[in-house]
Amino acid sequence: MAGDQALRVLIVDDETPARNRVRDLIGDCALKLPIEIAGEAATGRQALEMLPACEADVVLLDIRMPDMDGLEVAQHIQKLDEPPAVIFTTAYDAYALKAFEVHAVDYLLKPIRFGRLFDALSRVRTLAPLRLDVLRELKPEARTHLSVNERGRIHLIPVGDIVFLKAELKYVTVRTAEREFLLEESLAKLEQEFLGRVVRIHRNCLIAKEAIRGFERATDADGEWHWVVVLKNVAEKLAVSRRQQHIVREFGRAL
Amino acid sequence: MSINQNANASALPNFRNLGILLRILVIVDGACLAAALLKTSEPLALMEELIDLSALVQPVLILSLLTLAATNDWLHRLRYPYAIAALVAIELAVTTAVYYLGHNVFKGMGALERYWVITLLMTGILIGYFDLRGRALSPALTEARLQALQARIRPHFLFNSINAVLSLIRQDPRRAEHVLEDLSDLFRVLMADNRQLVQITREIDLARQYLGIEQLRLGERLQVEWDTADMPADALIPPLVLQPLLENAVYHGIEPRSEPGVITIRIRRDGARVHLVLRNPYREQSDHHAGNRMALGNIRERLALHFDAEASIKTTAADDSYEVHIVIPYLKGGA
Repeated sequence: MAGDQALRVLIVDDETPARNRVRDLIGDCALKLPIEIAGEAATGRQALEMLPACEADVVLLDIRMPDMDGLEVAQHIQKLDEPPAVIFTTAYDAYALKAFEVHAVDYLLKPIRFGRLFDALSRVRTLAPLRLDVLRELKPEARTHLSVNERGRIHLIPVGDIVFLKAELKYVTVRTAEREFLLEESLAKLEQEFLGRVVRIHRNCLIAKEAIRGFERATDADGEWHWVVVLKNVAEKLAVSRRQQHIVREFGRAL
Repeated sequence: MSINQNANASALPNFRNLGILLRILVIVDGACLAAALLKTSEPLALMEELIDLSALVQPVLILSLLTLAATNDWLHRLRYPYAIAALVAIELAVTTAVYYLGHNVFKGMGALERYWVITLLMTGILIGYFDLRGRALSPALTEARLQALQARIRPHFLFNSINAVLSLIRQDPRRAEHVLEDLSDLFRVLMADNRQLVQITREIDLARQYLGIEQLRLGERLQVEWDTADMPADALIPPLVLQPLLENAVYHGIEPRSEPGVITIRIRRDGARVHLVLRNPYREQSDHHAGNRMALGNIRERLALHFDAEASIKTTAADDSYEVHIVIPYLKGGA
């Protein structure tokens, strides 16, 4: 992007007065710096929907927001083809701030000062891009959504919709009741993140505990039998490996 | 009626409080049992010994409690050393009265001086006990001020509120002024000496000011329903009971939701008690409980110090709501 083109800022905060304040300050910055407001969003989901179209160069992202917090939104933003820079805003979060300093992640403390905002926006083009592993470290708790890039847009999949996750070569297939998505993440890390929600039935497959309807015996080509999982909203039946057979007992009894 | 709960100096307990009366009964009767056990451990003899002792002790004890309850207000108006002297005088008078009245009933009673010594000893033990107990509980009052600044008023609330006021200054200066006034009122109360009971209406005004500031930030996401039709306006309450609970309700119940949520506050009188019930929406996921417990713990301690066993605080977490139910004795203010 050319250096003299105006810097476009997306403001994300769930509190209206907080957004107004940032808008006023950006108006002040605009007197000295080519800068314009690309849009305002009140939730993380709204921000992700707006992002590709509003062509923001930088997102001012509040950390504490309902439904999906800023640290998770930032993770989904990284799935975009050309993710914008992210500057976090927060009123108080002693723990997170220490981690931000360690990883040189940019943040602004509320109430935001004109000088700090101006400095942050002036050097935003030279900012190192955020790294996903750093973001995961800043927020080790499970995400509320998985996300995939579909034709340049971020598609969010609520974690509750997951039926199963299956590793295939480079990708992990996410199956929901409606359709499939391809995710560029590791199955082992997904298993760790959603430990309470999913269970491993095979070396390459995790299923949502909620989605289990029951277990059946199936016979393969050699005439040997094994267990398969019958799912609630998906017709496909998934094989349980010998090593994971104990889950038939654990979950079969509860059903 | 004013209750002087001075954290640094000693004070007599409130002799009209059921909890205090119960404590006295248990300690004196415990001492009787110990005295009887010293003489014998054989069950039948022990019973006889206890009956003999009780026949002497109970009239003194009951007459004492009645007298103290009757003179409670007067005793509390005296400075502590004079109050102690008055208390001792009352006890000796009661003992003497029972001694002469009972002279005809009981045979083989010892000299009056012997009973005086026993009464003095027991009174001394009780005064010492209540003094120690008051000192043990009073840090809760001092801490209330400290915690108010460190934990109860979350830094989160302070900075977000200032941020919201800043956003108003250009567009709506008058409203900004008003919010700053509310904010300073709130902090004035938080930093004040909060050891005296206050009229419940004052606590409600403070709560409304606090909610007004939060409303500015949260807009229609924060909805509040007050039900105070059956509230006695002259009731007394320890200060800063409602506000920290409301702050919890906003932080855990309203802020984590993008859809509007309702906080309901119901205050009503039920005979000699006042009930305060606070309810907010709640979802299991929001898991910052540390601040919540700290505020609840402090409120519980202060209720115990002011009202002993006559006050209670109970929390119930249902599927989608969280409720705090406080019961305090109905004390009238204004006198």
